[in-house]
Amino acid sequence: MFSNFLIWFVIVPVIMMAGLACCGNSNMKAIRTVMVVCSTVLLGMAIWLVCEFLDMRAAGDTSEMLFTGSWMWYEPLNIHLAVGVDGISVLMLLLSAIIVFAGTFASWKIDPLPKNFFLWFALLSTGVFGFFISIDMFTMFMFYEVALIPMYLLIGVWGTGRKEYSAMKLTLMLMGGSAFLMLGLLGIYWHSVPAGGVPTWNILEIAQNNAIAPSWQNLLFCFTFVGFGVLGAMFPFHTWSPDGHACAPTAVSMLHAGVLMKLGGYGCFRIAIYLLPSAAQELAWIFIILTGISIVYGAFSACVQTDLKYINAYSSVSHCGMVLFAILMLNRTAMTGGILQMLSHGLMTALFFALIGMIYGRTHTRDIRQMGGLMKIMPYLGVCYMIAGFASLGLPGMSGFVAEMTIFFGAFENGDMFHRVFVIAATCAIVITAVYILRVVGKLILGPVQDDHHLTLTDATWWERFSTATLIVCLAGIGFFPNWINETIQDSFTPIINALNMAI
Amino acid sequence: MGTTLPILILAIPFAMFLILGIGGVKMSRKLAGVLGICANGTLAVLAYIVAFTYFFSGDAAFILDGVRQQVQIFDVTWLAFTERMVVNIGFLLDPICAMMLVVITTISFMVHLYSWGYMEHEPGFQRYYAFLSLFTFSMLGLVVATNIFQMYIFWELVGVSSYLLIGFFYKLPSAVAASKKAFIVTRFADLFMLIGILVLSYYVSHTPVDGPLGGASAFNFLMLNSNPGSVLASTVGATFMGGSVLTWAMIFIFVGGMGKSAMMPLHIWLPDAMEGPTPVSALIHAATMVVAGVYLVARFFPVFCIVPDSLTFITVVGAITAFYAAVVACAQIDIKRILAFSTISQIAFMMVALGCAYNEPVEGVHYSGLGYMAGMFHLFTHAMFKALLFLGAGCLIHAVHSNNYTEMGGLRKYMPICHITFLIGCLAIAGIWPFSGFFSKDEMLAAMFSRHWFWGAWMTMVAGLTAFYMFRMYYMVFWWEENPKYRESGHKPHDAPWQMSLPLILLALVSCVAGFIPFGEFVTFNGEPYHIHIETSVAATSLTVAVAAIALATVMYAKKNPLPSKIKNLWPGLWTAANRRFYWDEIYQFVTHRFIFNIICRGIAWFDRHIIDGTMDAMATVTQWCSVRIKGMQSGSIQTYVIWYFIGAVLLAAVTWICIL
Repeated sequence: MFSNFLIWFVIVPVIMMAGLACCGNSNMKAIRTVMVVCSTVLLGMAIWLVCEFLDMRAAGDTSEMLFTGSWMWYEPLNIHLAVGVDGISVLMLLLSAIIVFAGTFASWKIDPLPKNFFLWFALLSTGVFGFFISIDMFTMFMFYEVALIPMYLLIGVWGTGRKEYSAMKLTLMLMGGSAFLMLGLLGIYWHSVPAGGVPTWNILEIAQNNAIAPSWQNLLFCFTFVGFGVLGAMFPFHTWSPDGHACAPTAVSMLHAGVLMKLGGYGCFRIAIYLLPSAAQELAWIFIILTGISIVYGAFSACVQTDLKYINAYSSVSHCGMVLFAILMLNRTAMTGGILQMLSHGLMTALFFALIGMIYGRTHTRDIRQMGGLMKIMPYLGVCYMIAGFASLGLPGMSGFVAEMTIFFGAFENGDMFHRVFVIAATCAIVITAVYILRVVGKLILGPVQDDHHLTLTDATWWERFSTATLIVCLAGIGFFPNWINETIQDSFTPIINALNMAI
Repeated sequence: MGTTLPILILAIPFAMFLILGIGGVKMSRKLAGVLGICANGTLAVLAYIVAFTYFFSGDAAFILDGVRQQVQIFDVTWLAFTERMVVNIGFLLDPICAMMLVVITTISFMVHLYSWGYMEHEPGFQRYYAFLSLFTFSMLGLVVATNIFQMYIFWELVGVSSYLLIGFFYKLPSAVAASKKAFIVTRFADLFMLIGILVLSYYVSHTPVDGPLGGASAFNFLMLNSNPGSVLASTVGATFMGGSVLTWAMIFIFVGGMGKSAMMPLHIWLPDAMEGPTPVSALIHAATMVVAGVYLVARFFPVFCIVPDSLTFITVVGAITAFYAAVVACAQIDIKRILAFSTISQIAFMMVALGCAYNEPVEGVHYSGLGYMAGMFHLFTHAMFKALLFLGAGCLIHAVHSNNYTEMGGLRKYMPICHITFLIGCLAIAGIWPFSGFFSKDEMLAAMFSRHWFWGAWMTMVAGLTAFYMFRMYYMVFWWEENPKYRESGHKPHDAPWQMSLPLILLALVSCVAGFIPFGEFVTFNGEPYHIHIETSVAATSLTVAVAAIALATVMYAKKNPLPSKIKNLWPGLWTAANRRFYWDEIYQFVTHRFIFNIICRGIAWFDRHIIDGTMDAMATVTQWCSVRIKGMQSGSIQTYVIWYFIGAVLLAAVTWICIL
């Protein structure tokens, strides 16, 4: 079991937790050492995994999932600990590792209870990594819950503002989504084999059997898509996002927007669409409407917010809406765009929240009306904020542009009027995004200094510079050389597209 | 030609951007300035070599049987959407591209040099040079694009560099607002362009694989331009609201060009963009970026030609804009605004010229591609003399510390170099022989007359207005009455340092001789040379009109006299309206602020907080309310439990009994 490389993505965070548990309560040095070492190891593993994966593909290994392994866990229900990765999960692991790495540096001075904070943080990472390596629906769901629960404490204890309310709201809404999801997954499990067989949780086997009756598929598709859609901030189940983000501490916002919301998109894609293709063909229109609304609605809402975190939370609603929207277009190009958008949004939002955290840590306010001219006071952070803004509004050379264009071109492949109208509505978001980003940049970063007390503030420290620079390099890396991602994830769509084509 | 030079042309400015942008903080001003200027000088030399090789080497790759060829120097895959739809980044060398390389690098070099003097004392000098390099890079990438998507990529980058440079004085709220406005208005236009590209992509990528476009990158200009008909063929039968799909797609793409080139009604950002440093206005908002729309039309000319409706659209938009901007320019006070409106008007001139061109022989028309050639010619000459005028205006502002001509007057004695060069610029833009503007304007008017007499007459009138408002400004600045402040303050205005004067003199020389370049030998719509000759009747008319307009301006403004204010008081409403640019900004302000921001955005935000989130909160509240209500049942008192137990047992028994019976 331990010879399987993927398992180590779960074991390392567990070791990290054990290491943290041994540290003294306020021994910051030891805690930081553990965190930095483990998150660097994780990042190294993720990079190695991508290289190895590409090598294996280049060597001609065309099986659907690589690095597979499966161990029986609970026989009566046929639950396995089954792991395996394709191009998409590899990139998602890389994204998570980058964000955990950057998040560690962004919460360098967390207070109070640093040890406990990092313990929960490590648990959250365990869940995230576990989710992306699983190909057994049950273990996947288990890791999903493992990733969600620590959010409650992380926000409730280390948050700001109305933190108890927001933590409760976020947890309840996501749990509500999980309830739908559980129903959906159970339904898929019971119908996973033709009558008389032993039901299975394994995604690959279910897809191969393709035994779920179309009428059941429709119901289960709604359950699973809504279940994952709640986490993907789909309209009208998105309201946990503004409150939750606004109250969460920096690293948690980063991890939540950067990675956790991707769980939703990934799940929709891997389970709802892949396992229930005929329902996807039939019911995609409902969710295209909802996600189309998300895109425009989130962008418009962001235009009038005054709290920096609210602005980015609504912007996340819009951008994550784009992810689901792309996936629902059910063709290869648009789905590629969806994956690119997940990566892009993950990095970009993490950068945004990191910067907001750093600004808040200095000015003690997030209200853009009370700040201004930060470029003069903290030029490094100001420049980074502008770069993040440009990435968000889709400047070529940044990842956002590549993702959005791929989505639009892919979505436009669908020639009927319904799709056309929604694609054009979605393209309008690029203008609205420019409006709210430039509004914030103009008020917060540029312009005259609003508050004279801010003049004494200092620019970024070395760990803050390191954390943001990592993310910026990644954003620009994707933006300049997008095609390698394209090539990495290409293989992953073939089975899904085949399933969709067979279902027509 | 190898790929080294073309790659260097793109790589040098980008490298400079990174070096100055990242390392600039640690650099001294002098080092940054010298680095920027040297890099740009090298760049200009390289671009000249490339253009010279292309035009004069006689290499069969570039000119075959007297026809200039379009050559793809390199073209590498950047992103593959699908197997058929691949986005490449490459370098396409053809006459208009070679011409633009010369224009961009020349003006950029002049501006780099000029800024060394002009921006000397500004904080953020290094940043300024970094942004200039970024702009040069993006603009070069735009003109060498091998496909529409590459053009779109650099189109956006150009927009961002413009944003950064307009907002260079970021502590001024007006500069921040202007940069924001410029970016958002052009982004809005780009949205249409994107939709146009999407429509094209759909139809082009659905052509049969064995067709002329099959298998190749769907957006490639070489493909589109050599086989425009096949694009049409792929959209046959598809119509939308009375026009063919291709017509709509091309109009949408042109709207993108309208945004960048500040055509009505998307012109509102350009006058405000004058908040940026003056050399930036010369480079971006006069000579290079704003002609991107014209360049776009020229690039797509063969495709525009197969949908004549779109060409008519371009002509009409251009004609209206040219007139509007010329009228507004007559009533401005800020000299940079006058120049901005004059730029809008002149670009519209080029648009009309392009719209009036044909791509195949037409009966009764001497040379069908004249409009194309003339538009490109004017682009070239305009870039030179408009950059000259802007840089001259920069010298004036530098000397007087105000943008308004009311603070100037009588400056000819104090600033002789600026005076002479500015006069040359004014003569060139007014179209007086032998300055460069005369030749290009004459060709354009000839092309318009050959399309329809109306366009010719209309644009001749605009040309007259141009001469009038330019000389109005010239006289107000250099003649009129000397501003008493010069003597009082003891700080007399004087000519600028050599870094600023040298570009003025060089550009003035170019403006004097550029008209004699046999432009038709180099740039025509089909690559075949055309021998320019002056159309006597057109030239005579336009020259008469221009001279008359200058004479009128002389009468009104050469010496201080009450005539202008008398005329102004004849129609005070008209003057105010023109001064306020016919209230376009107010209309936009109303729509965006009152309607979109206050009603839609606030409405949605309210809806989200109160209705959607309210529903979620209500669910929680109801649950809580219920639990509070029923929690009393768990009172801990045995007696109550026993009562409930008995009631339950009796009820169950009753139900069972009824059911059994």
